[in-house]
Amino acid sequence: MIHANEVTKRYGDAVVVDCLSVTIPKGGITSIIGPNGAGKSTLLSMLARLLKMDGGSVTVGGLDVTATASDVIARRLAILRQDNHLSARLTVRDLVTFGRFPYSRGRPTLEDKAHVERALAYLDLGALADRYLDELSGGQRQRAFVAMVLCQDTDYVLLDEPLNNLDMKHAQSMMKTLRRATRDFGKTVVLVLHDINFASWYSDFVVAMKGGRLAAAGTVDEVIREDMLREIYGMDIHVHEVAGRRIALYYE
Amino acid sequence: MLPDRNARPRAVLLLLAALAVGAGVAFMTLGAKGNWDFVLKFRGLKLAGLVLVAWAIALSTVLFQTVTNNRILTPALMGFDALYILIQTTLVALLGTAAVAMLDHNSVFALNVVAMALFSGLLFRWLFAGEERSLHLLVLAGIIFGVFFKSLSSLMQRLLDPNEFMVLQDSFFASFNRIDATLLGVSAAIIAAVSAFVIPMLPRLDVLALGRPMAISLGLNYRREVSLVLVAVALLVSASTALVGPVTFFGLLVASLAHAMVGNARHAVLIPAAVLLSVIFLVGGQTILERVFGFDTALSVIIEFVGGIAFIILIVRGAVR
Repeated sequence: MIHANEVTKRYGDAVVVDCLSVTIPKGGITSIIGPNGAGKSTLLSMLARLLKMDGGSVTVGGLDVTATASDVIARRLAILRQDNHLSARLTVRDLVTFGRFPYSRGRPTLEDKAHVERALAYLDLGALADRYLDELSGGQRQRAFVAMVLCQDTDYVLLDEPLNNLDMKHAQSMMKTLRRATRDFGKTVVLVLHDINFASWYSDFVVAMKGGRLAAAGTVDEVIREDMLREIYGMDIHVHEVAGRRIALYYE
Repeated sequence: MLPDRNARPRAVLLLLAALAVGAGVAFMTLGAKGNWDFVLKFRGLKLAGLVLVAWAIALSTVLFQTVTNNRILTPALMGFDALYILIQTTLVALLGTAAVAMLDHNSVFALNVVAMALFSGLLFRWLFAGEERSLHLLVLAGIIFGVFFKSLSSLMQRLLDPNEFMVLQDSFFASFNRIDATLLGVSAAIIAAVSAFVIPMLPRLDVLALGRPMAISLGLNYRREVSLVLVAVALLVSASTALVGPVTFFGLLVASLAHAMVGNARHAVLIPAAVLLSVIFLVGGQTILERVFGFDTALSVIIEFVGGIAFIILIVRGAVR
């Protein structure tokens, strides 16, 4: 369970996240949705202690993220941000091996190496393991980063817009992989998503934000509703039932 | 594929080590006439000085680029050595040369180093240990710091007594020919201590090179690690600036070459490669200029020229992330 209690972030006079409290349940996929500038990525960064809070507190599985030693949190929670520029030139396997750092402190054991190979196989990266990251396509690189995060073997995995730059096929396979990880290993995956239909289709829980505040939090059925979405995005969105799921149409 | 990945860095390191030793032997023996005892002692001191400076510049540049996660900024470009000269000038201005001359050379240096570690620790920690800043902002801040420190020093130098100024002036220009031999012992101790401190940090440096968000996500105490490394950099820059004066582009040159040659980014390989390259350039360059062409002071000019070109190439090739 991730619990944010009256979390606040401001830059000068601009309040980006405004005294927000939310509880993200353990297990399954939770999507954070909302319009641009709603503070989704900021919230995610604060949940993962990347960004200092100006007020409030966050606990992850009972541990206060700012008070607990960083290496203890690193075995509980992993985060992947949106754009990951590396100045170093690494192979896919090198990168994924870094995921074991919280355990190996840089000296990977046989067990760590087995974890790496499993993560590579899980993301279907076996054939690319010895290629350098700068030789890969955007989608392959994204998969390599996700493999690293899964290799960190944490109960909680936070991903900021993991579908960015992915085509339909790769976006679908990324979401399926994440869903599989929640079922196979009981992980809790928290994502920032822009496409509400991906959120609707794959999420167990949805958190909606608007203007730095919590707009709604609940199951897909509770949040993906025409009145809710109009409130959140300020536009008319029609919600249809397709194959038993909710699909939003907002193109016209 | 696997054996290839480990073999290449090892081969590169062996080659570089051989070249470095070769440069050292050439420096000691080429064109030596007369009493070998004298020649070996005289040149040995110079060689030790060159190796120390090469070591300090290479190590400080690689460390700095790792914690700032870029390939363009170096301690020299961020005004570290300008700060050292400012502190030195301030000390002379406050105490007067008489007092400075009374104190022994090493304790003045020690005072200098402590002040440097303190100030640069505070200043650069404020810039680098917090949340990310854009590289352009950092480059600008570095230029402004550099100019600010230099102007402040030159203002103080103008206020000094001409005799006091004379004493100081020597240290303002890079010269690999007039290494301050009295400081060799202390500098060697500082550089050895910093190196010993860095060895257990190597795996953490690899993680720091991934950038702030990933380093934190992987459980590093980012602020603490960056502060430690910045203090180490300040100590190294103090040692090299005290020995030969400020050198702007040399560190950039050897760090970029080391990255290009070893390919992968493990610091256990990268740092030795950079240090060896640095030794090859300084000792080899000095040997060629002094013994083959009979020049005296041109090495710093040539090295800065080549380093400056490397800097321009890096910028044009868009290494600014």
